[in-house]
Amino acid sequence: MDNLFEKIIFYFQFPFVQYAFIVGILIALCSSLLGVTLVLKRFSFIGDGLSHVAFGALAVSGVLRLTNDMLVVLPVTILSAVLLLSTGKNAKIKGDAAIAMISVGALAIGYLLMNIFSTSSNLSGDVCSTLFGSTSILSLSKAEVWLCIILSIVVLLVYILFYNKIFSVTFDENFARATGIKAGAYNLLIAVIIAVIIVLAMNLVGSLLISALVIFPALSSMRVFKSFRSVTVCSACLSVTCASLGILVSILAGTPVGSTIVAVDIFAFIVFYFIGLIKKVGI
Amino acid sequence: MVQLACKNLSVGYEGKEILHNINFSINQGDYLCIVGENGSGKSTLMKTILGLHSPMSGKIITENGLASTKIGYLPQQTVVQRDFPASVKEIVISGCQSRCGFRPFYNRAEKQLAISNMKKMGIENLASRCYRELSGGQQQRVLLARALCATQKMLLLDEPVAGLDPKVTEEMYEIISSLSKNDGITIIMITHDVRAALKYATHILHIGDDVFFGTKNQYLCHKFGKEYQSKGMIDNG
Repeated sequence: MDNLFEKIIFYFQFPFVQYAFIVGILIALCSSLLGVTLVLKRFSFIGDGLSHVAFGALAVSGVLRLTNDMLVVLPVTILSAVLLLSTGKNAKIKGDAAIAMISVGALAIGYLLMNIFSTSSNLSGDVCSTLFGSTSILSLSKAEVWLCIILSIVVLLVYILFYNKIFSVTFDENFARATGIKAGAYNLLIAVIIAVIIVLAMNLVGSLLISALVIFPALSSMRVFKSFRSVTVCSACLSVTCASLGILVSILAGTPVGSTIVAVDIFAFIVFYFIGLIKKVGI
Repeated sequence: MVQLACKNLSVGYEGKEILHNINFSINQGDYLCIVGENGSGKSTLMKTILGLHSPMSGKIITENGLASTKIGYLPQQTVVQRDFPASVKEIVISGCQSRCGFRPFYNRAEKQLAISNMKKMGIENLASRCYRELSGGQQQRVLLARALCATQKMLLLDEPVAGLDPKVTEEMYEIISSLSKNDGITIIMITHDVRAALKYATHILHIGDDVFFGTKNQYLCHKFGKEYQSKGMIDNG
């Protein structure tokens, strides 16, 4: 046991491990907050679609040899979020198809571009780390860490300030609109926040696994808790715990960060599922 | 005192007109029931009054301090709500949202209002319970308490008794009736239940191929009312 602690302390002397930990926790916190809203509003597919768009945008910025790829990825993803939401609102089937088209298209074009304009010797490694985020969190620069911190704080503040309005719009959009709340504007706000979170989370778990980070903590806490606030608080705590555990395990065992975190999330979901069952029977 | 008037109103959505040339006006304290076949446009009319759809033509006029955002609304339940983790308290107070404007949190007066409306609906003992675990009748009371937080003047109810058993249905009608009588709240209710409409309402709006608007007694003399009476289902109790 002592040995394990020494090992952890040893690793935490490296700045890149500290960065990874800070960024990981912040991303886990932000992504879990909107999870409840996404799951309940049946928006989870939008998160999935956007993560593919972000992958495509990343590939484009790689081709353009930009030093800071966030400058391309962030605006493109936000724009797609707005587009997806406005097409998906009125015609259900068309909206679904539009999301599938945009997301798969972005994935294909992204891979194609990376292939044609490849600059690195290890192309499949590059693609793999973008999709599954294997090492990128351990190679963050100081500027990226700051950007991550600032964006996380913005997301947190916006969420807290609009918490009650997000609740109304999520629970009953028609009632909210009837009482004069600009539901369309808040849907837009939610979409933009999702886009920001997805771009942030690409560093941590890669673009394919982001949905897991958003959805699992929310679904887990919905098994056990019964008010919106307790579900939100629980999923935030759960997500942070799972992310910290996942990062620790991956450092110690040398496993890929993203998939380890998701594995811990899945484990937590199973535990919460059974707690939920026991609670139901108990009452 | 006219509170709400529709003049030559046509409603519909996605460019398709469902109802045209609707004319009616209601005074403060009236109890209006909207009856008509399925798909005749009752809900669309209600949503247009609430400002969720814009009118295709014609006008909706609100007077005496009533704005369309100051109308309480009891919508039909949506699929999302059936699995929604929220406490009764959280849902009821969300009716105060329109009072907040850009203020992010509820103030003391709003919390007090939520509590008093829960008391009025007899659900204060359920305040911390989870909405999705309540019975249908309890859920409707929660949504009614929320609607009361949004208004002191007018309630719009879209089939408030759908899916409730006869006993709970009767309780629900009594609650709505007491809001009308004791609190002077104007009621506009969509219902399939002509019997209840005739028992509680002061005015009837019948929509379909022919449109009728008038007081309950006028309705009974009109061919729609006669048609209904001849079926022998009338209950004047």
